[in-house]
Amino acid sequence: MSQQGISTRHQGREDLVVLLKEAQSKFGYIPEEVIAGLAETLHIPVNDVYGVASFYSFLDTKPLGRNVIRVCKSLPCYLKHSQLIIESVAREIGIKPGETTADGRFSFQLTNCIGACDGAPAMMINDEVHVDLTPEKIARLLKSYK
Amino acid sequence: MPQKRVVLRNCGVIDPRRIASYLDRDGFKALAKAQREMTPEEVVGEIKASGLRGRGGAGFPCGLKWDGARKAAGNEKYVICNADEGEVGTFKDRYILERDPFSLVEAMAIAGYAIGAKTGYIYLRAEYHRFLDLLKETINQVNQSGFLDDFDIEVREGAGAYICGEESALMDSIEGKRGESRYRPPFPTTAGLWQRPTIINNVETLMNIPQIILKGASWFNQIGTEESKGTKVFSVSGDVQKPGVYELVMGSHLRELVEELALAEDIKLIQVGGATGRIVPYEMIDTPLDFESILGAGAVMVCDKSRDVIDIVCRTMEFLTEESCGKCTPCRQGTEVMLEILERFYRGEGLEKDIRDLEDLSRVMMLSSLCGLGQAAPNAVTDSLQYFRDAYESRIAGNEGGVKV
Repeated sequence: MSQQGISTRHQGREDLVVLLKEAQSKFGYIPEEVIAGLAETLHIPVNDVYGVASFYSFLDTKPLGRNVIRVCKSLPCYLKHSQLIIESVAREIGIKPGETTADGRFSFQLTNCIGACDGAPAMMINDEVHVDLTPEKIARLLKSYK
Repeated sequence: MPQKRVVLRNCGVIDPRRIASYLDRDGFKALAKAQREMTPEEVVGEIKASGLRGRGGAGFPCGLKWDGARKAAGNEKYVICNADEGEVGTFKDRYILERDPFSLVEAMAIAGYAIGAKTGYIYLRAEYHRFLDLLKETINQVNQSGFLDDFDIEVREGAGAYICGEESALMDSIEGKRGESRYRPPFPTTAGLWQRPTIINNVETLMNIPQIILKGASWFNQIGTEESKGTKVFSVSGDVQKPGVYELVMGSHLRELVEELALAEDIKLIQVGGATGRIVPYEMIDTPLDFESILGAGAVMVCDKSRDVIDIVCRTMEFLTEESCGKCTPCRQGTEVMLEILERFYRGEGLEKDIRDLEDLSRVMMLSSLCGLGQAAPNAVTDSLQYFRDAYESRIAGNEGGVKV
């Protein structure tokens, strides 16, 4: 069994997204072995599993950092200067959107509307939402993620 | 027309972690009434008579949907709550979920009774993972109190995809597939989740159900306009002093919402309905908010006079380009080509033929896209061409003002 500890209580095709999410949270991404293992257990083609894994923006087929920063770039945040937030994050951790820090502490992504427009500009770090961001807030906030 | 709390009546009043506080507010009396005093047919009849229409954007009559699923052949049927609120500028369902999850669960149980379903799913967007525990705890409390004896509710999480708010893509996602829109017919009411009869309702739509059952269709259909009964919950963002969630009687004017409640000033335009919504110039601020005029899912984003309309349309199209599921060509390619053209205008390098191309492409996408995303994707383009054509014409290369203004 090459699923590396991913729960096997689910058995059907309908659980593919659930299982991929489990893998994502366990490994920080979806390793190739998991994709192959799920294809075997669920009796679906490998390319189909990969197709699902690569479709959703919260699933990644490449390793991510321990903390994933997702800055919202959709219109309500854009109007509230999300560009400044993107620049502050980039400055603070020294990488561009789409990259992961060398020490594996942060991955930096841009995302579409996260439903926090009343607190724009907003971003998510892992599952937490941070609102009413300012460049000053960013430095302090990022320090709390190890 | 005034603010009125129907959908939000318990928000901020009850403790979302204690079922007792919900029971104090007539909680589960509607479910009891439906199960003890009404046949499933009568429940559906009441919803039909209420005139309730879907709050997720499409406005389909809720009772008709339920009736279709109730009458559909088959023993295995499903109720799905669409909590995949992904439309740009919408956060009302988030507000509801975290403040009154009990009404939602009660509504789903009523829906299950009405159509003959034993299983319900709440499809929660990945960005709202933080509410997963609350929803599970809610279902657990309701179950332990004996209100879910004939009905199971499972929460299924999305994994980040705007398109999964579209009902057929949502069902594919629950089935463990890429969230891509399906061809219709067949419609979900006859062949939905796993090809079984299914109803999918938006969070806000369902929130109306318990009160319609308790107070009756004739109470509900006195609120609002001829074609739009009840209230609507709006998410207001952008250039306003008081962004937030507001519930107004259907037919209230846009001015009341953005100027009087959210305190917007110097408005240039308002985008109503998010990325697939309409652009309303300030001159039309007295437009009523209802299905007869404009509504969508209730996203209201205000832009003041300092904003560049081309920039706004560009950002809107960028979103749609990224979020198109890619299944049908008009949407997948159309959004990309539109974005390319719009960015040319943004840089002041528009071509004479670009405006015509945008108009032609809009028509093709509206007519031939597989689902609502592609069909409504050109809205911001066609509306801005109608109301702010100067912004485009002034940025055709070589024309005066051919730079960002």
